[in-house]
Amino acid sequence: MKTKILNFITTLVLAMVFSLFLPWWSVMLAAFITAVLMSLKGAAVFFIPFLSVFAFWTGYAFIKTSANDFTLAKKIAVLLPLDGNVYLLILVTGIVGGLAAGVAGIFGKQSRLLAKM
Amino acid sequence: MKYLKFTISLLFTALIFYGLNTKFGSIPPIGKFLNPYTGIWQNETDENITGTVSLDGLKGKVTVHYDAQLIPHVFAENEMDLYKAQGYITAKHRLWQMEFQTYASAGRLSEIIGEAALNFDRQQRRKGMGFGADQAIQKIKEDPETIAFVQAYADGVNSYISQLSPKDFPVEYKLLDYQPEAWTVKKTALLLMYMTKDLAGYDSDLEYTNALRMFGKERFDLLYPDFYDVIDPIIPEETDWSFIDVPIEESPESEMPLDSIAKTLDKPNRDNGSNNWAVSGKKSYSGNPILANDPHLGLNLPSIWFVMQLSTPDHNVFGATLPGALGVISGFNNYISWGETNATRDVLDWYKITFKDDTRKQYKYGNQWRDVSFRVEEIKIKGKATFIDSVLYTHHGPVSYDKNFMGNNKRAGYAMKWAGHIGGNNQKTFLELNKSKDYDDYLNAIKYFTAPAQNFVFASTEGDIAIWVQGKLPNKWKGQGKFLLDGSNPQHDWQSFIPQLYNAHTKNPERGFVSSANQHPVDKSYPFYVFNDGYETYRNRVINNFLNSRDTFNIQDFKDLHNNNYNLKAAELLPYIYETIDTTRLTEEELAIFNTLKSWNFNNDIDEVGPSIWINWWEKLYNLVWDEYKVDDVALNTPFTYQTIHLLKTKGDDPFMDIVGTPEIETAKDLFLISFKEAAKSMTDWKDENGDYNWNAYKSTYIGHLLQALPAFSRFNVPIGGGSNIVNATSKNHGPSWRMIVEMSSPPTAFGIYPGGQSGNPGSKYYDDFIDDWAAGNYHSLNFMQSDAKTSSVIGTLTLISN
Repeated sequence: MKTKILNFITTLVLAMVFSLFLPWWSVMLAAFITAVLMSLKGAAVFFIPFLSVFAFWTGYAFIKTSANDFTLAKKIAVLLPLDGNVYLLILVTGIVGGLAAGVAGIFGKQSRLLAKM
Repeated sequence: MKYLKFTISLLFTALIFYGLNTKFGSIPPIGKFLNPYTGIWQNETDENITGTVSLDGLKGKVTVHYDAQLIPHVFAENEMDLYKAQGYITAKHRLWQMEFQTYASAGRLSEIIGEAALNFDRQQRRKGMGFGADQAIQKIKEDPETIAFVQAYADGVNSYISQLSPKDFPVEYKLLDYQPEAWTVKKTALLLMYMTKDLAGYDSDLEYTNALRMFGKERFDLLYPDFYDVIDPIIPEETDWSFIDVPIEESPESEMPLDSIAKTLDKPNRDNGSNNWAVSGKKSYSGNPILANDPHLGLNLPSIWFVMQLSTPDHNVFGATLPGALGVISGFNNYISWGETNATRDVLDWYKITFKDDTRKQYKYGNQWRDVSFRVEEIKIKGKATFIDSVLYTHHGPVSYDKNFMGNNKRAGYAMKWAGHIGGNNQKTFLELNKSKDYDDYLNAIKYFTAPAQNFVFASTEGDIAIWVQGKLPNKWKGQGKFLLDGSNPQHDWQSFIPQLYNAHTKNPERGFVSSANQHPVDKSYPFYVFNDGYETYRNRVINNFLNSRDTFNIQDFKDLHNNNYNLKAAELLPYIYETIDTTRLTEEELAIFNTLKSWNFNNDIDEVGPSIWINWWEKLYNLVWDEYKVDDVALNTPFTYQTIHLLKTKGDDPFMDIVGTPEIETAKDLFLISFKEAAKSMTDWKDENGDYNWNAYKSTYIGHLLQALPAFSRFNVPIGGGSNIVNATSKNHGPSWRMIVEMSSPPTAFGIYPGGQSGNPGSKYYDDFIDDWAAGNYHSLNFMQSDAKTSSVIGTLTLISN
C-alpha cells in the first residue's frame, strides 16, 4: 500500500514539475520515471499512474474552467462532441491523461524488469 | 518473455503517444488539446487588460484604457508608436482571425486545413490575389511615411506573437494544430485585397455572354437593361455635370467573342453591400449634421470589425478597424465623420486570349504576338505533397481560365482585368481620413483609394455633408466589359481612367441629405458609361423616402432607419398578385395561408409569418419565370429581382413566363397560382417538421465562426428581423456588420454596435457579448475620451513601454 501511495505522489509531483516546461507528454515521462524507480505489481502498474494523472488533469482543468464560469469548456464540449456537458469533458481530459500515464507506467515497469536481467 | 512484454509495452506506449499527439481528420491531437497546461484549458480565461508590457522600439509611453465593452482607447505620443500599439493590441485580441484571413486571401488555406481547401486556394491564386498584393506594396512603398507605419504595425503584431508560448496560442491554433507565423507588410496588403475581392470581385461578363448568345440582343436588353425604368441614384438626378470636359471613350466597330462557358469562378456574396447617409444641420434636430453607416457583410465570429480609439497629441479618432489594417475604417474624429458603402462598379472584365501554339508562350495582340509571363504558385497542403500551379499572365492580367483550370481549350483562355490588380495606396486614405479636419482634407484623403470603389459619406462639425463615389474607374466605351472582350484587339483594352475629380459626387445638396445603399451611382445624364451590374434597388428608395419625409431628424430616427424592416420588394409585387390571382382554384388550406399573407403589412418583423410565406413563394415564382435558365453546362445568371418583378407586372404574357416543360402556354397569372400552391405545400411541410414558421424561426439568423461556422463557436437563432434588400439587411448569415451613428457636436456624440464582441477568444465573455443588443436594435454609447486621464468608465489600463 505504501509503495502505491508513494508511486501516486511521485508521479503527481513529477508530472506537475515537468508540465511547467514540457508538452503534454510530460505526464508520460513522469509515470515512466516513477515506474522505473518504484515497482508496483499487477493492475496497480497501470492504475496508480492512471489515477495520479487523472486526479491531476481533472483537478487542474476544473480549477481553470470554474474560475471562468465554464465559458470555453461548454463550447469545447459541443465541439468534441460531448453534448455540451462540461463534466464529461473534464472526465475525458482525465482519462486521456490517465491513459497516457498508465501505459507509460507499464512501459516503465517492463523497462525496469529488462534492465534487471 | 521479458523481451516480448517489453516490446509490447513499448509499442503500446508509442501507439498511445502517436494517437494523442496527432490530428486525425477534424479531430485535434487530443493529448495536446486537452492537456490543462498547454491545451484548451489555458484559453479558458478573460483577457488580461491591466499592467505594464514592454514593446520593442517604442519611442514613448502608450496608455491603453479599456472600457466595459473591451474597447481599447489607445493614447500614444506619436504616430509610429500609435500604429505599433494598434498592431500589438489588435493581435492581442484577434491574432488567429487576422492571420487566418490573410491565409484565405493568399490562397494558403490548404496549409492549415488540408486538401479540402485546394480548389479555393487555386481560385485565389488564379484571381491573382498575391499578384495584386505585390502591386499594392509597390505603391505603398512609394510613400515612405505609409510604409513606415505599416511596418510599425507589423512590428507591434510580431512583438505580441513573440511574447506567446504555445499554451497562449488562440484556441483555433490548438484545434488545427499549427502555430502563428510572423506578420508582414504583405499580410496587410493581402487583408486589403481580401476586402477588395469581397466588394469588387463580382462580375457577370461570362454569364452575360452566354445569355446574349442564347437569347439574342433584343431579348438580352429586355432582361438586363443598363438602367431600370425607376432609379433613385446616389448622386441626385438634378446634378449638373457640365464641368466634365473629358469625353467617354469611342466604341470600336468590332466583334465580341460569343463563347460558350460552362462554369465560372466562385463569386463573392451578392448581398455584400451597405447603407450610409448623412443629414445636414438644416435637417438635424440640433443643427449638427448626423451621419450613419452600416456595412453589410457575412456575419462571422470573430467579427470582421474591431472597435478602437486611436489618439496622438495631433489627432484623436474612434471607430471600426479591420484587424490587419491600420487606422479606423469607418468612424469619426473631433472634426469629421465618415463611412463607406460599396460602389458596385464594374471594375472586373474578361478577355479572351489566343495563344500562338501549344507551348502557350505567346498570345495574339493586334498584329503581333506578345510574350506570356508565368507566376508559379506553390500551394502547400497539410499532410500532402505541394501542389504547383503555374498561372500565365498577359498584359491584361492572369489567365484564370485555361486548359489547367475550368477550361479545355489548349490554345485559348480567359484573362482577368481587374482594378484590384492595379495597385494603390488604399491604406493612406484611411490614415489621412483619421486626421482630416474638414471637407478638403477628406477629399485629399480619398483620392488615394483605388479599389474596391466605395461611396464615402462625409459630415463635419463645420456643417458640410458630402458623398463621393471613389475608386480608380475605367473610362469605358458603351457596352465595354458587360461581356467577354477580345484580348487580341487593342481597342478592347481599358483605354483610360475617369479623372478622379470627375468621379460622381455631391456636396451639400439642396435636399439636405446624402445617402447610398449600393444603388446606381448616377442617372443617364452622367457622361461616363455606367450600367447596372447588380445595383441595389430597394434599400435606397426606403432610405431616401424616409429622409425626404420629414424636415428634421434625431438620433432615434436614425436608429429606427437602421432597424427598418419594410419589405419594399414584397410591397411592389404582392398587391398586384392579390388583384390578378385566381383564388377560386385554391384549396381551403391554401386559401387560409393566402389570407394570412394578405393580412401582412410588409414588415419583416420576427413574429410575423408573412415574410416566411412571401420569401418561399417568391423563390418558387422566380424559379418558374426563369425555368429557361436550367441548361446544363452553360454558366448563367438569372435576371435581377427588380426586372423580374417589372416583367411580371408589365409583360405577363411574355414567352419567358411559359413553363418550357409543360404543353400549355402559361402566363404570369398562371405562375402566381402554380407557385403559390407549391409554396403552400412547402410551408405546411415545414410546419410539420419544425413548428411555427414565424420569420424568426424561418430565417433563423446565425453568426458563424470563421471556420465553416463551427457550431461550438457560433451563435444560432439570433432573434432579428429584416432580410435581403431591406434596410435592416439581416438575412440568414449576412447583414449589418457594424452600425454607427455620429452626431457632429463638439466633441461628436456617437453610437455603435456590431454582431460579435471585442475578444476573438471563444473562452472570453467578450467573445459575443454584443449580439443580443445588436439583434434588439440597441447601441452602445461610444465613449470618445478627450484625454488619456483615467475616468470611471475605464475597467483596466495597459501601459506599453519600451524595453
